[in-house]
Amino acid sequence: MRVLLRLLGFLGAHRWQVALAVVLGVVMMASNLGLLSVAAYLIAASALQYGLSQLTLSMFLVQIFGISRAAFRYLERLVSHNVTFKLLASLRTWLYGRLEPLYPARLLEHRTGDLLSRIVKDVEELENVYLRAFSPVIVAVAISALTFVALYIFDPLLASVTLGFLALSGVGVPLLVSVLARRLGQRELELRAELNVRIVDGIQGVQDLLALGQASGQQGKIEDLGRKLGRMQKRMASITGLQSTLNDLTMNLAMLTILFLAIPLVNEGRIPGVYLAFLALLVLGSFEAVQPLGTAFQFLGRSLHAGERLFEVSDARPQVTYPDEPLPPPGSHTLEFDHVSFRYHEDEAYHEDEALVLDDVSFKVEPGSRVAIVGPSGSGKSTIASLALRFWDPTEGEIRLGGHSLRGYAEEALRNAIGVAVQDTHLFNETLRDNLLLARPGATDLEIDSAVEKARLGEFVSSLPRGLYTPLGEQGLRLSGGERQRVAVARALLRDAPVLILDEPTANLDPATEHELLAAVYEQTPDRATLVITHRLVHMERMDEILVLEAGRIVERGTHQTLLENNGHYKRMVDVQNQLLATV
Amino acid sequence: MVLGVLGAAATIAQMALLSKVVDRVFLDGESLGQVGTLLLLLLGAVVLRSGLLWLREISAERGAIYVKGELRERLFAHLMHLGPGYTKGERTGELVATAVEGTERLDAYVGRYLPQMALSALVPLLVAAYVLPFDWISAVLLLVSAPAIPVLMVLVGSHAEKHMQRQWSALSRMSAHFLDVLQGLSTLKAFGRGAAERERVAKVSDEFRERTLKVLRYAFLSGFVLEFIATLSIALVAVALGVRLLIGSIAFEPAFLVLLLAPEFFRPLRELGVYRHAGMEGKAAAERIFEILNTPAPVSPGSGAATKLGGRLEIELSDVEYTYPESGRPALSGINLTLPAGSCTALVGRSGAGKSTLVNLLMRFVDPEQGRISANGTPITDLPVELWRENLALVPQRPYLFYGTVLENIRLARPEATQEEVERAAELAGAAEFIDRLPQGYDTGIGERGVRLSGGEAQRLAIARAFLKDAPVLIMDESTSSLDPESERLIGDALELLMRDRTVLVIAHRLNTVYRADYIAVLDDGYLVETGTHAELIEREGPYARLVDTYNRTLA
Repeated sequence: MRVLLRLLGFLGAHRWQVALAVVLGVVMMASNLGLLSVAAYLIAASALQYGLSQLTLSMFLVQIFGISRAAFRYLERLVSHNVTFKLLASLRTWLYGRLEPLYPARLLEHRTGDLLSRIVKDVEELENVYLRAFSPVIVAVAISALTFVALYIFDPLLASVTLGFLALSGVGVPLLVSVLARRLGQRELELRAELNVRIVDGIQGVQDLLALGQASGQQGKIEDLGRKLGRMQKRMASITGLQSTLNDLTMNLAMLTILFLAIPLVNEGRIPGVYLAFLALLVLGSFEAVQPLGTAFQFLGRSLHAGERLFEVSDARPQVTYPDEPLPPPGSHTLEFDHVSFRYHEDEAYHEDEALVLDDVSFKVEPGSRVAIVGPSGSGKSTIASLALRFWDPTEGEIRLGGHSLRGYAEEALRNAIGVAVQDTHLFNETLRDNLLLARPGATDLEIDSAVEKARLGEFVSSLPRGLYTPLGEQGLRLSGGERQRVAVARALLRDAPVLILDEPTANLDPATEHELLAAVYEQTPDRATLVITHRLVHMERMDEILVLEAGRIVERGTHQTLLENNGHYKRMVDVQNQLLATV
Repeated sequence: MVLGVLGAAATIAQMALLSKVVDRVFLDGESLGQVGTLLLLLLGAVVLRSGLLWLREISAERGAIYVKGELRERLFAHLMHLGPGYTKGERTGELVATAVEGTERLDAYVGRYLPQMALSALVPLLVAAYVLPFDWISAVLLLVSAPAIPVLMVLVGSHAEKHMQRQWSALSRMSAHFLDVLQGLSTLKAFGRGAAERERVAKVSDEFRERTLKVLRYAFLSGFVLEFIATLSIALVAVALGVRLLIGSIAFEPAFLVLLLAPEFFRPLRELGVYRHAGMEGKAAAERIFEILNTPAPVSPGSGAATKLGGRLEIELSDVEYTYPESGRPALSGINLTLPAGSCTALVGRSGAGKSTLVNLLMRFVDPEQGRISANGTPITDLPVELWRENLALVPQRPYLFYGTVLENIRLARPEATQEEVERAAELAGAAEFIDRLPQGYDTGIGERGVRLSGGEAQRLAIARAFLKDAPVLIMDESTSSLDPESERLIGDALELLMRDRTVLVIAHRLNTVYRADYIAVLDDGYLVETGTHAELIEREGPYARLVDTYNRTLA
């Protein structure tokens, strides 16, 4: 299967280490085999009163095997873990490399948190593919071969029969178990998924549940599902328990059969009796190598699924490709949307036909001017920002910067020309300072402080114990919505690009801070082209043009004054906003 | 566990028979026919042992399933008792993970690790006891090595343990870092740093690898110790047996038997090592679960002194005070407020003033430290909690939509309601229109895996719930506007209908709402600073007037 080959390809990159680990593993198993069987020979030989000199070799071997097994196991673990971590690093780097140009593919944005955590978990599952799937299989095959050869020396029949039993235990038993468990396994997954959804609902929606008096109802549903799941799991247990049981049984049956076959041979003198014990333990010991195969196959199955999911996401073609021969960076910085329409691409397999998100949108933002795009949430406003950043290409129409289509420029040129403060800006698990420096790595302290002041973060930073050096993110400080927004604005200001796009810069701020921040941002350099996307109608008098967007179309446009006089959409939105108390 | 011991016994029997067979054939030259019965017996022992093994697996698994189910249900029930105060405080994600994944991890701990620990002590003793009577030398050799193992493992292990802990946390931080980077890709790209990050990912992964390996060198040592002692013991036993056989102080059959049993002596301990890691994870999960179960619930179940309240309700708060557990200062102090029956009171104040706390107290998600809340003169703590809440309908700022259809979601308010009643409620709430436009109408799936509703639509659905519940008291937390005039109008109309003839408390953010209200109560920093009508409060030019301040508005 192609997925398997691709996965093996990842291993191939580290082939010498892999080979070493495999060899160590095989030697380790062989030592174990050797220890018991040679010990058995030793005892038998001693019973026959062989001379001490004849026995020294065996004694020596037994001691060696005793030490080597432990030593080789230790080494093998170290090397195989090394391989695993290298694999992990390769996988992650590869995945990142594939995802970066794709982002923000519709795929990923659909249910971002969900899908991303799943991908990361899939990668973690794959990292174990060497340790838990690949290695056991190779070692099992090698040891089986070794055993076969060793037995062959005594009698071909013994060798074949043992090999048969080994195959039965290593392949037959897992196959049987998986067939028996398949449908149950499916059903179990379904039940568990439903149970989990109910639990999540209960925890996240506890307020509503209690208010509606339905907490015990939810509990009842969970108990019910829990019972069903329990019954299913019990049935599964009977089947999965079979795995180790049948392995054990096969091993002992193999030994019995070998005895049964070997005894006549001993009687006939074809095999020296002293080797009988040796043979019995050799056969018994060889099964240790095939016992992990059942779990290994299961694991392989899961890995293949994980790999499939991963490749599905990473194999997508990027939405946007940059030209091989780009135009020089733009000389002037007028941003223009020319009859732009947009819908998310239909060939993504994850959703049905999407409606037009933007419908025939045209506007121009000249250097030194300010344009605002307003409208209720869901009207398509944020998509305009994404299109201006060329995260997607428009379905119809064209977007131009400095007179030329965006498609003509190199990615770097675009990023340098357009700075943005987005709504859902991500704060990394770094210090506040490093988070800001993301916008301009070489910024001086003065520049950073200036941006912080203008974004009205100054007071906030002073209140922090370590100021700008406070760590943020998952393990650090969690910022409120308003604080996060201000960091986004500070980043954009620091970047100081000729085109500035602000997406909902003040949605969570109290009115006083909102006013001050916008005043600072709007008063900036006269060469800058500013595009504001917002549903907060504040300082609108300073806008050169306001566009009212509803369901993807521009329904009104003009200056603040003319729009008010128009008594249309804009006026109604202003009225709604005037309704608000200063209670943020 | 009993089965484990029985299994060990069967193994001993099996091995004894095996050694007998080999002995007879090998030394006494017996033929197949002569040892036939023994072989059959051996077959029987083998089958018996496998059977016992199977039974042991099943019973261990069943035990684990039972424990998991119990804990999961108790955990959920307790979380319901702890209520929104607790679940919002802790990270919801972490609680969900504990309830869903944590309970699964118990499997390894309860089902395998714990029983295995017991077996590790019993089985070796059993084996040694059996061997002792006929070969005390080997038995002693084995018994001497046995305690050495845990002792040495602990010595080596505890040193590595600390490093291991740090490394495991480094591992989870690294995973979090990777997820972090992926989640922030769009931000990285916007600043043109997308490609550069790739180098960092590679570097971080590599550093992690090197550091972890250093630690693993020590961690694996304890495993090495176990293996080494075990295999070396076996080797020594074998050599000792060989020598004694040569001298003639022991016969073949018992010698061979001892050799066969020696690995069995060490087997449980080695298996224990295999389960250790998963077992430790399970133990950590169990500890967390018990930590949650032991957290006291914030609300007493209600004395049951009163059973029912009738008709319209007047709510009175007397000297109510409440402080959140982690906080130093009270969220509410000295609140004296009456909500007359059938009236509408608007609650206003800046964020953090205590408005949500008041709602939590009324809903009895928490109980006041001081003071009392009564309805029609009866303290609400006299009623069982569920019964009290039957009198309240809550429309929150961000209503939660459950996994299920629109119909089911609305019907949560009154499960016995008919389809017509649900549809009527939706109509009154101004929601019927958008529901009819959904792909399957009222049967459309929403919530966790369904269609996403907009903020305004979710609010109307919550209002439909309130209509359906038809409770005497209505508590509403207005959403802060997103400038959708259409949605605003619909919600406003619906609320006007809903508020009739009920005792209403609304956390207000809009002028229209406070105009409509009969009374306004203003909170500031936990204190009730003003009450009155809109006109009265504007004249006073106090905190309320400031909230209504014109500078918040653009020009008219």
